[in-house]
Amino acid sequence: MVTRDFKGTKKLTAFIFRQQRFKILVWLIGLIGITLSVATAYPSIYKEEQSRQAASLTMENPAMVAMLGPGYEMEDYVYSVGAMFANEMLLFTAIAVAVMSILLVGRATRGDEEDGRIEMIRALSVGRLSYASAVMIVIVITNILLAILTGIGLASLGIEGIDLEGAFLYGFILGVTGLLFGSLTAVFAQLTETSRGTTMFSFMVLIIAYFIRAIGDVSSEALSWVSPLGWTVRTGVFIDNDWWSVVILLVVAILFGLIAFYLHFIRDLGSGFIAAKKGKTHASPFLQTSFGLALRLQRTNIIAWIIGLFILSSSFGAILGDLEIYFADVELMQAFIEVESEYTLTEQFITLLMAIMSLISLVPAVMVVLKVKGEETKNLTENYYSRAISRTRILGSHFFLAVVVSFIMQSFVALGLWSVGEAVMDEAISFGTTFTSAYVYLPAIWVVVGLVIGLVGMIPKFTGLIWLYIVYCFIVVYLGDLLDFPQWMNSLSVFEYIPQIPVDDMNIMALVVLTLIAIVLTVIGFVGYNKRDIAG
Amino acid sequence: MPIIEASHLTKRFGKFTALDGVDLEVNEGEVYGFIGPNGAGKSTTIRILLGMIKATEGKARIFGKDVWADAVDIHKRIAYVPGDVNLWPNLTGGEVIDLFMTMNGSTNQAKREELIKKFNFDPTKKSRTYSKGNRQKVALIAAFAFDADLYILDEPTSGLDPLMENIFQECVLDAKRAGKSVLLSSHILSEVEKLCDRVGIIRHGKIIETGTLDELRHLTRTHLTIKTKEQLTSLNKLKGIHNLEEKDSELTFQVDTEEMDTVIRYIAEFGILKLESAPPTLEDLFMRHYLGTENSKEEGAL
Repeated sequence: MVTRDFKGTKKLTAFIFRQQRFKILVWLIGLIGITLSVATAYPSIYKEEQSRQAASLTMENPAMVAMLGPGYEMEDYVYSVGAMFANEMLLFTAIAVAVMSILLVGRATRGDEEDGRIEMIRALSVGRLSYASAVMIVIVITNILLAILTGIGLASLGIEGIDLEGAFLYGFILGVTGLLFGSLTAVFAQLTETSRGTTMFSFMVLIIAYFIRAIGDVSSEALSWVSPLGWTVRTGVFIDNDWWSVVILLVVAILFGLIAFYLHFIRDLGSGFIAAKKGKTHASPFLQTSFGLALRLQRTNIIAWIIGLFILSSSFGAILGDLEIYFADVELMQAFIEVESEYTLTEQFITLLMAIMSLISLVPAVMVVLKVKGEETKNLTENYYSRAISRTRILGSHFFLAVVVSFIMQSFVALGLWSVGEAVMDEAISFGTTFTSAYVYLPAIWVVVGLVIGLVGMIPKFTGLIWLYIVYCFIVVYLGDLLDFPQWMNSLSVFEYIPQIPVDDMNIMALVVLTLIAIVLTVIGFVGYNKRDIAG
Repeated sequence: MPIIEASHLTKRFGKFTALDGVDLEVNEGEVYGFIGPNGAGKSTTIRILLGMIKATEGKARIFGKDVWADAVDIHKRIAYVPGDVNLWPNLTGGEVIDLFMTMNGSTNQAKREELIKKFNFDPTKKSRTYSKGNRQKVALIAAFAFDADLYILDEPTSGLDPLMENIFQECVLDAKRAGKSVLLSSHILSEVEKLCDRVGIIRHGKIIETGTLDELRHLTRTHLTIKTKEQLTSLNKLKGIHNLEEKDSELTFQVDTEEMDTVIRYIAEFGILKLESAPPTLEDLFMRHYLGTENSKEEGAL
């Protein structure tokens, strides 16, 4: 049986590595690079005991616990930069590794199957389970590589508080978390019939795992144990170095892997376990408009993003009450943090939150525009352009949809934060302030949307660069102050020009200028799109 | 006025020249066969005609309008079927047909239902589940349900079964009877022979031959099989004889159309017992042109 069902696995493994080598390389360099560069920065940021003490107080605040996981004892922070580093970086890096694994596995399993590539491979002299095994081997090697390189890298930096065992534990937590979500994705690849369904279900589990852990970490330890991400943050890495989390994650990952193999073995190629239902004979009048079509093609995506953002912002809203009490308790601490007395600490916290949430709600808006390019690559735009539809109308529909989506996303961010915050806080933040603080980010979002339109119109080969820019903006918001970037580096992020309501004053001028820039970029994109060759 | 008139169309992608001065004319009520090997430039020409890519040099007009500048206007009267139909996986076939029809501003529901029946197509399934032939049907139904003045068909029957191919040919002939024009790019030469009034052959981005099938046949050879009373000698010394073979005292060979007269006169002297002639097929024409360079080298050496 072994030779029959696994024949050719070795060759296919090499083949898949070749296929994905560029993606894997970029992910590994990105992940390890950020980990190491942030780690290098930490000792100089927290040079004095005082600053560590202040930071440790911040870490104890429930909002931080919800966002980053349970912290360490206060003296741990004071004695070990490692603890500080792990608390701030571990969870989000682990999530990034999970995202990498989900995308890689989703693409190489159901994605390849949907596109008919596996059919061709299976027609060769290879076993029934060979392709699936090859994918699993690739994802295992990738994650192990990540674990080892991260471990070696961190250990070799020679930072006080980051020892060899801790460094390797840190790396392996990342690796096994990635592995778990990779093999989970392999299970979904068997259950659903589409690659979209596969990645969507996997991301949904990732998001739910994050929230269960967030609520659990703040209110009930037992709840956190349900979530794999709860295990990820419970190793006390660099201080206690508990390896059991790694073991549990690994065992569950293997379990998922076996389930995936079993399901793969008993199903027909091309089929899934969640059956597709019969569709409509006619298109609705709304679908027959170009805007309706654009919306319909991305409906599921947009709804998923709305739900995700709403849950995310309302869970932050849920913390606001605890946060308020916490801030009241530690008035003493306020001496350490720059306090602009007019505003409560909660309000200051909201400005940071809004910046991050706006960056996240930017993603669906950008994806809406990128759909135009995606459709071109799949030879779908020839369906429009061989008919009486102008290029301006198609790009315009997507642009309009992107603007609408940006507005909807920001509304749901504000709504989630405000409605739940209002329920749990004594001194709630007003409806007007919350919504204003969200909507001020719209011009910045539009600039990035305009930038994508410009890329799609003028240099369609490089539309992918927009993700680099978004990641850059995220790094500036999230780590800019921490890494002490020079001013010009911060100024490259369009989000830096947005007034942080309520702490900053409203700056209408900046918003108008940004909107104008967005318009100019959009117009450039439209002009280019009307002039260039359409590939398909 | 011709429906399509293209002159000196040239398209370069970087250093690669896909089209090198293509001239093309399709008249009203005419079915024009556009044939050529893979990569000869058929689809590139069609994409230029559809205004999706811009010709590097040359001009093309459809209905007297510029194909690039007035694309949207032109497309109101055009139906297009690509050889490789790509559909949105999460829409049903029925939804896509409706979409395609409204994009052109047509709403002939009766025709739609009739064609769905004719092509034996299930419109309720999601597009991702359709086979190649079924995806092709989506485009064909949408195209023929639309009352266009010009049908541009780029290898439209790839993946269709012979029954469906017949139905497709009926659709084209119906369109022709209604006075519509058709540009049909195809590899199925029997189909082109059956449907087309005129044919253009493209190779390496150049139209190398164009005209009615009869006109083109003059340029090629006729198959002859003969048996004579007396031993036929030194036939191979005559001009314009090719592939001479002897089998069971019968001779088969091909003869250049322009040498036909001389050859027949010569053979007649030997007393003809049997004479069979087969007209040159498009296949022969096609082969001769496709293998053009190789053949001419061969013949030069002989």
